[in-house]
Amino acid sequence: MKIILADALTIAAKDLRNELKSKQTSGMMIIFSSLVILIFSFAFDPTNNTVKAIIPGLIWVITIFSGLLGLNRSFISEQENDSLTGLKVAPIDPSSIFLGKVVANLVLVTIVQMLSIPILFLLFDYKFHGDLIWFLLIVLTATIGFIVIGTFLAALAANAKNSEMLLPVLLLPLLSPLMIGAVQATKIVLEQEGITDAISWLQLMAAYDLLFFAACFFLFEYLMEGS
Amino acid sequence: MLELKEITKIIGDKIILRNFSLALAPGESVAVIGPNGAGKSTFFKLAAGLMQPTSGEILLNGEQIKKKTHLLKKRIGYLGHESFLYSALTPLENLRFYGKLYKVKNIEEKGMELLKAVGLHYFKDIPIRSFSRGMIQRLAIARVLLTEPDFLLLDEPHTGLDQEAVSLLNLLIKERQEKGIAILLISHDFEQVIQVCERVLILNKGRVVEDKSIDHQRGLMPFKNWYEAAVSGK
Amino acid sequence: MKQPSAFVDRMLYILLVPAMFVSLYLIFIWSPIEKQMGASQKIFYFHVSTAWVAFLAFFVVGYYCVLMLKRPTEDRFIKAGISAEIGVVFTTITLLTGMIWGKSAWNTWWTWEPRLVTVLILLFIYIAYLFVRKMEGTWEKIAKLSAVFGIIGCINVPIVFMAIRWWNTKLHPVVFGEGKNQSGGGVEPDMLVTLLFCIGTITLLYLFMMRKGIEIEKMRLTVRKAKSRVIEKLAS
Ligand SMILES: Nc1ncnc2c1ncn2[C@@H]1O[C@H](COP(=O)(O)OP(=O)(O)OP(=O)(O)O)[C@@H](O)[C@H]1O
Ligand SMILES: [Mg+2]
Repeated sequence: MKIILADALTIAAKDLRNELKSKQTSGMMIIFSSLVILIFSFAFDPTNNTVKAIIPGLIWVITIFSGLLGLNRSFISEQENDSLTGLKVAPIDPSSIFLGKVVANLVLVTIVQMLSIPILFLLFDYKFHGDLIWFLLIVLTATIGFIVIGTFLAALAANAKNSEMLLPVLLLPLLSPLMIGAVQATKIVLEQEGITDAISWLQLMAAYDLLFFAACFFLFEYLMEGS
Repeated sequence: MLELKEITKIIGDKIILRNFSLALAPGESVAVIGPNGAGKSTFFKLAAGLMQPTSGEILLNGEQIKKKTHLLKKRIGYLGHESFLYSALTPLENLRFYGKLYKVKNIEEKGMELLKAVGLHYFKDIPIRSFSRGMIQRLAIARVLLTEPDFLLLDEPHTGLDQEAVSLLNLLIKERQEKGIAILLISHDFEQVIQVCERVLILNKGRVVEDKSIDHQRGLMPFKNWYEAAVSGK
Repeated sequence: MKQPSAFVDRMLYILLVPAMFVSLYLIFIWSPIEKQMGASQKIFYFHVSTAWVAFLAFFVVGYYCVLMLKRPTEDRFIKAGISAEIGVVFTTITLLTGMIWGKSAWNTWWTWEPRLVTVLILLFIYIAYLFVRKMEGTWEKIAKLSAVFGIIGCINVPIVFMAIRWWNTKLHPVVFGEGKNQSGGGVEPDMLVTLLFCIGTITLLYLFMMRKGIEIEKMRLTVRKAKSRVIEKLAS
C-alpha cells in the first residue's frame, strides 16, 4: 500500500511538473471558466437580485465544464510517445496510476476553483456570508467525487478516437447524484439555512465518494490491461 | 530464465501467434526476425506483460507473469516501437521519473553515466520535444538500460540511429550480455543481428519457422539467402 | 444442434401472441375504470410493466458485465449489448408513457418524480454504454471497457434514485405523495391482476426480443468471420 502511494505521488509529481512548466491546461481551464461566468452574466442579469439563487448551481457548472478540459488532457497527454505503455510495463500496481492521476487532477481543479469561484462572486457582486469552513468542506467533498469518477472515465474514454466528446457523455449521467447533493448543500450553506440538512447531503456525497473510489480503484486494472 | 510455453495469441478473430515456445537463458542473445506483421512485436508485448496470452504460459525465473506479479516486471526491460518518453521533460527528468518507478538506487549518478554513454549529456537540460528522432531513440535506450533488467527486449532498437550510435548501442548490448543479461532483439538489419546475436529465430505468420545459432564466419550474404529461403517456405 | 433453440423460440412466440391479446383485453375491457382519472389511467399498466423491463434489462446488462470481467466471451458480450439495446427501447417507452400519465394526472408533462428521473438517467447511462461499445478496436478490448462502464453505471442507479428522492422530499415535501397513490394506494384486486399479467407479458416480450436479437447478432458475427477468412485466404 505504501509503495502504491509512493508510486502514485511520483506520477502525480511528474504530471504537475509538466503542468507547471507549460501552464497550458490550468491556464485554459481558468480562462474557460471565466468565459463561462461571462456568458452566464449575459444570460442572467447579475444586477437582478433573484439571480443570486443560481450562484450555487453556477459554482458547479463552471467546476464541471472546466474540470472536463483537464480530465480530457490527463490521459490524452500520455498518448504522445505512448508513455502510458511505459507506465504499464513498469513494476507498479495499476492502481497507483489511477491514484496519481486523481491527485494531479484534484490539485489542478482545486487551483482553478480557488480562482474561478472568487471571480464568480466578484462578477455577480455576491457577498459571501455563509460558514467558510463548511463551504470549503462541501466543495472539496464534491470535487473529490467528481475527480475520482472523472479520472476513471477519462482513462476509459482515452481508448476512443473521439475521447473529448465521449467523456462528457459518459461522465455527466454518473455525476447526477453527486451534483444534486453538491448544489443543494452549497445552497444551504450560502443561504445560511440549517446546517444539519447540509450535513446529511455531505454524508451522501461522502458515501458516493467512498463507494466510487473503491469501485474505480479495483476496476482500474481492467482498463490498463491490454487485450 | 525466461520461458514461453506454447503461447497462442488471438486478437479479434485473427491468430497472431501459434504455439510459440522459447526458453531464454541468462547471458544468451537471441535475434527474432521475420517479415512485417509476423507477430514479433506481439511476442514482445506478451513477454513484457502488456497482453495476456490466449493460451499457454509465460514463466520468469519459474514464476508465471500475471496481473498481480507486477514486481516481476522489474526484471524486464522493454524497448518498444515508441519511446515512452515525456516530451515536456528533459532527458534527466525522464530518467529520474522512470528510475523512481523502477526503484533504482542513486538515479542521478547512473542517469548521468548513461546519458554520457549514449552521447546526450550536453542536452541533459533541454526538453526532449526539440530532439531529433535518433536522439530520442538514444534516450529510450538509456531509459531501458537505467533500470538494470535481467532481460532486455529490444524491438528494432537500431531505427533512426546513425553509424556511430549503432556501434555504440552494439557495444552497450555486448557489455550487458557479458554481465549475464539475456537479450532478445527484433531487427530488420541483418548486419546488426549477426554482430550482436548468437542465435536467431525466424517468425513467419505467427509461427517459428527456423531456430538456429548464427555462424559468425559465414558473413551476410549466406545469411540473407538462408532467411529468404526460410520465409518463402521452401 | 439448432433444434432445441428453435423450439424454445416457437414456444415463446406461441405464448407471447395470445398473452398480448389477453393483456389488451384485461387492460381495456376487463379491468375497472379508475374513479378519479378515468380511462387515461390505463396507460399505467404499460408504464409500470415497461419500467420493470427497463430495470430488468439493465440488471441483465450488469450481470453479464460482471461475468465478462471474469472471463470475456463473445456470447456474454453479445447478450449484454442486446439487453442494453432493448433497454433503451423500453426506457424510452417508460418515459413517454410516464409523461402522458403526468399530463393527465397532474396536468404537467414532466415532474421531478424520483422514479421517472431515475429512468431518464438510466436512459442516458444506457446510451453512454452503447457509445462505449461503438468504440473501434478488438472486441476483447471493448468487452473489457464496456463491462467496466456497465458495472459503474449499475452502482450508480440506486444512488441516483436515493439522491433524487431525497432532493424531492426536501424541495416540496409530499406534493404527489410518496409512491402510495401512484403504484398502490387504492389499487383494486382486479387492477392488480391485470398489472401482474401485463408485467408477465412484457417480460415475455423482452425474452423473445432478447433471443431474436442474440440470434441476429450471432449471424452477423458468423458472416463477419467468414468474410475475414476469405480475405485471409485470398491474401496468402
Ligand atoms: N491491437 C491489435 N489489434 C489487431 N491486430 C493486431 C494488433 N496488434 C497487432 N495486430 C496484428 O498482429 C500482427 C502482428 O503484428 P506485430 O506488430 O507483432 O508485427 P511485427 O512482426 O512486429 O511487424 P513489424 O516488423 O512491422 O514490426 C499484424 O498482422 C497486426 O495486424
Ligand atoms: Mg514490430
